[in-house]
Amino acid sequence: MGENGAGKTTLAKQLNGLLKPTLGRVTVDGDDTTKKSVAQLSRKVGIVFQNPDHFLFSETVREEVGFALKNYGFEPGVIVKQVERTLEALDLAHYADTSPFLLSGGERKRVALAAVLAWEPDYLILDEPTIGQDYQQKERLRSFILQLNSQGKAVVMVTHDVEFVAECNPKVVLMSKGRIVAQGQADEILSDDGLIEKASLVKPQMAKLFSQLSGFGFPRDVVDVHRAKMLLEEKLSEVKVRVAQSS
Amino acid sequence: MSLRVLNGFKFSSLKTPVHRLDPRAKFLLVIGIIVPSLLFTNIYLLAGLLLVLVPLLLVGRVTRRWVQSLRAGVFLSALIFVVNFFTGPLVNAVALTLRFLLLMTTFSFFFMTTSPDDLGLAIDKVGFIRWLSRRWLGYPNALSFTFTTAVRLVPTMAVDAQTVVDAQRSRGLELDKGNLLKRVRNYIPILIPLLLIAIRRSLELAEALEARGFPGKEGRTSLFELRFKPVDYALLAISLAGIVLSFWIFFHYRVPTI
Repeated sequence: MGENGAGKTTLAKQLNGLLKPTLGRVTVDGDDTTKKSVAQLSRKVGIVFQNPDHFLFSETVREEVGFALKNYGFEPGVIVKQVERTLEALDLAHYADTSPFLLSGGERKRVALAAVLAWEPDYLILDEPTIGQDYQQKERLRSFILQLNSQGKAVVMVTHDVEFVAECNPKVVLMSKGRIVAQGQADEILSDDGLIEKASLVKPQMAKLFSQLSGFGFPRDVVDVHRAKMLLEEKLSEVKVRVAQSS
Repeated sequence: MSLRVLNGFKFSSLKTPVHRLDPRAKFLLVIGIIVPSLLFTNIYLLAGLLLVLVPLLLVGRVTRRWVQSLRAGVFLSALIFVVNFFTGPLVNAVALTLRFLLLMTTFSFFFMTTSPDDLGLAIDKVGFIRWLSRRWLGYPNALSFTFTTAVRLVPTMAVDAQTVVDAQRSRGLELDKGNLLKRVRNYIPILIPLLLIAIRRSLELAEALEARGFPGKEGRTSLFELRFKPVDYALLAISLAGIVLSFWIFFHYRVPTI
């Protein structure tokens, strides 16, 4: 996370070799990126670009999703199976034979995601995946990311969407002016006034609420609704007991 | 390499006296240099005209870019020199190479120091273009506006193209793989998104323009009016004199190559 021009996308492009370091070293699973081609690295590190318009060109969604698999030389039978499975997983199966250009913005974004997920990269990088997605789609995306995570895949997300991040509570790396300014668990980072200001973000609502409630003995580093609810319930039942005792 | 050549024709947004010259006067200067350089193959004259441009480039602070574009143009100059060396005398080869460098320098000087906006304003002042634009497109400013928009879109398109290439390479597309036919086909995933982005952008631009009252009425005024300053008149006079003199000499004398 970080302000516009902080270098988030530049960093992401280093990970599959689109950009090579002019200083220092970038390694992916121990391999120096300067020694591998973009195609080789992309096989491991899949990047979904922010704007699907830079991506889509095929006549049907099916072909679009199969494009990368063909580039990587998958067997035709495997391609068909992988494409079907990915479309199913992203709720795009009924669009398989539609032109991607006839879809809405949010759907196009999902096709772009499917086009990368199809080859099952070990590392998935999403550049601003929540832009233009409605609430339901965001929820789907979240559960999808968590599912990938539980399958042992690393998901890196470039985003401004603090609420979305807050609910996942992942590790956050905060960037500003081309440098990493902080890293840690989302609840620590996103409740820190100084860091939030530095990266020109806005605090998640829960963090705002709990920084104002800190006078009542609540912790400040609460960013997700779930934990907030638990803490508030605890407090309420405590109060209830006290009220019952005093009366 | 090709991109570095283009750098020599890209506008540099500075505010030097050269940048502030009236684009019409500056264009006449360009013609005033091109006419004699095309009429004569005299080495001294060509070298002299090139030397005239150097202080202008210095004042306009675009010398470094000019040198860059020259370095990129070395191949072509060498080609011109070699071809002419084998087909004619040495002096002729030198003169023609000089002519190429001079033409390149002149145009790059003009485009480096004239903002597309100023150029649009200047085109807008040309009666013939206004008339043509009114006949064709029903509005006198339409053609000049089209020109400025096209010039402005070039850098934006270049950025888009880079992003599309990056995006498709991330999907395992290898542009320089396979035989010739395959290589041409490799560009389909690049060209289609680029074309669609361009079309979509132009539609959006049209809507945005209409929302802001374009084309408006006849006699639209502009925020920045082009006005001739004394320097511009002087430049105009010198250029015109140069052009007339060139033609006069051309029809009355034979100028040797050296």
